[in-house]
Amino acid sequence: MSAHGLIPRALLAAVAAAVTALPAANHNEAVLTWTFLILLYASLAQSWNLLGGFGGQVNLGTAGFFGLGALVTRFLWLGGHPLWEALTAGGLASVVMSAVVGIPSLRFRGPYFAIGTLAVAEILWISVGNALPDVSPLPPALLATYSIIPRYYLALGLATAVTLVAWWLTRSRFGCGLAAVREDEGVAEAIGVDPFRHKLVAFMLSGIFAGIAGGIFGYYHVSFYPNFVFDPVWTFDPLLIAYLGGIGTVWGPVIGAVFFLVLQETLALKAGEMHLLVFGVLFIVVVLALPGGLMDALGRLSRRFLARHPSPVGAGASD
Amino acid sequence: MTILLQNAIFGTLIGGLYGLAAVGLSLVFGVLQMLNVAHGELIMLGGYAGFWLFTLWHIDPFISFILSGLGLFGAGIVLYLAMFSRLIRFDDETKLKNSVLIGFGLSLVMETLAILAWNADERAITTAYSGAVFPLGGSVVPLSRLGALMIAFLVLGGLHLFLHRTYLGKAIRATAADVEAASLAGIPVPTVFVMAFGLGSALAGIAGTLVSMTDAISPSIGLGWTLKALIVVVLGGMGNIFGTFVAGLFLGVAESMSSFFLGNAYREVMGLFLFLLALSVRPQGLFTRRSG
Repeated sequence: MSAHGLIPRALLAAVAAAVTALPAANHNEAVLTWTFLILLYASLAQSWNLLGGFGGQVNLGTAGFFGLGALVTRFLWLGGHPLWEALTAGGLASVVMSAVVGIPSLRFRGPYFAIGTLAVAEILWISVGNALPDVSPLPPALLATYSIIPRYYLALGLATAVTLVAWWLTRSRFGCGLAAVREDEGVAEAIGVDPFRHKLVAFMLSGIFAGIAGGIFGYYHVSFYPNFVFDPVWTFDPLLIAYLGGIGTVWGPVIGAVFFLVLQETLALKAGEMHLLVFGVLFIVVVLALPGGLMDALGRLSRRFLARHPSPVGAGASD
Repeated sequence: MTILLQNAIFGTLIGGLYGLAAVGLSLVFGVLQMLNVAHGELIMLGGYAGFWLFTLWHIDPFISFILSGLGLFGAGIVLYLAMFSRLIRFDDETKLKNSVLIGFGLSLVMETLAILAWNADERAITTAYSGAVFPLGGSVVPLSRLGALMIAFLVLGGLHLFLHRTYLGKAIRATAADVEAASLAGIPVPTVFVMAFGLGSALAGIAGTLVSMTDAISPSIGLGWTLKALIVVVLGGMGNIFGTFVAGLFLGVAESMSSFFLGNAYREVMGLFLFLLALSVRPQGLFTRRSG
């Protein structure tokens, strides 16, 4: 194996070990919560990336899938069902919604899919706000035994699973088909790839993970209004993270999530107007000027570095 | 029966505004192959223009809609030159995708700026005739809503004349039909693009002022209006202006009927249902004569 592949692998192993061991080594609740949020946002951004990055279809309704998962999981879990049942139901609810929206709107090229996903998320946001106006708190018994650690490991598991699926997309037959659909639907169809089937499967995968991410959020959050999980900011933040990191790459959403939460923390942009203003402008700039995101910028930097410091093996070759 | 008629009347009156809101979006899409998801925020700005012109200088919204149309025309041109024009060089699919993304970011930025400038309160225009109604077979028709609908009709008629009788209008239609052929025929396509975007924004501004005269406005109304406009555009057939307006009336009536039968909490669901239904059975739009 070349030194090229070894360094990232070693780095990855070190980070994975550190993240796994963090709850045992660190008892600071704030640090754990913050890392939990990175993992949750990374999962959500990666779930968008499965279809948006690898399949080229713009989903503007992540909040709908996240919110539905959160709502279903929360109500079942608080209603006395075991957590795994509630999370599964949350994921399934999201998949069903993916199929309902995806089957009519993914058959066509053009703006229909973006419109359909935006519409479903918006309408859920408004309707849930109308139908369930009361806040959903945790009962005192659950509050007394509340710990961030199981939430943390759930988020870690989810982030790992969805990133593995993204990695699978880079090296499987299905992933190649999806990439072909992204690059040119007409050509994909001509070489025997069914664009509709590929887009729909990727969308449903994306839906499962967004729903489970929502479910984990519903399990994590102490008290929220049911329509809060459908707020368009849950669509926007993962979209920004995916673009910041680099869409269509395995590590882009993860790097983007770290960058996003660090930025949020340092600029104190937790909530409200400044968050949307700064990140909205940042998003527009990234889409216009840096469509490859940080992964692309890092790649370009490292190529420039390697070109300036050629490895001994390649010495003498011109660049 | 009376209450049903009343619902139908209100649905038609609000539907005219849906139609006008959607026509601008449809025009921009037809010419530029871009979907401006921040269209609802332009409507919101038009609403504030109407509100401030009335509050500060007592200009009646039945007159100020012209001013807000002109203002939004300028704002649209600025937005186009600063952002959307950079997407022209891409192929159609990338152009569409990036315009949706930029519009989405832009909608959040514009909403936030409006909150910072004017705070998040709901505001409304109260004119001397605001509460006036006239009776119609046991139902009532609010005058300001009726006036708004009539202005929507007038603006649409004017748009039709402009698109069919003027050089620029014909150039816009030619560009929508075939960019390359239009360009070969000597039509200055870049100018047409700017004008179409400005015109679409102006229509949003007019719709916004009409909204401010019948409903409360706030910085957050944008996304809701974008949603209505998008659904109406799909129901009417992408890029088909008259179909779009009829679809607006249709959605207005369908919504008010569904809120009557299903309860007001779920009135938004009707739009989604119609959207998915239209895609399933008649993707070229419910109100188009020719397919494609």
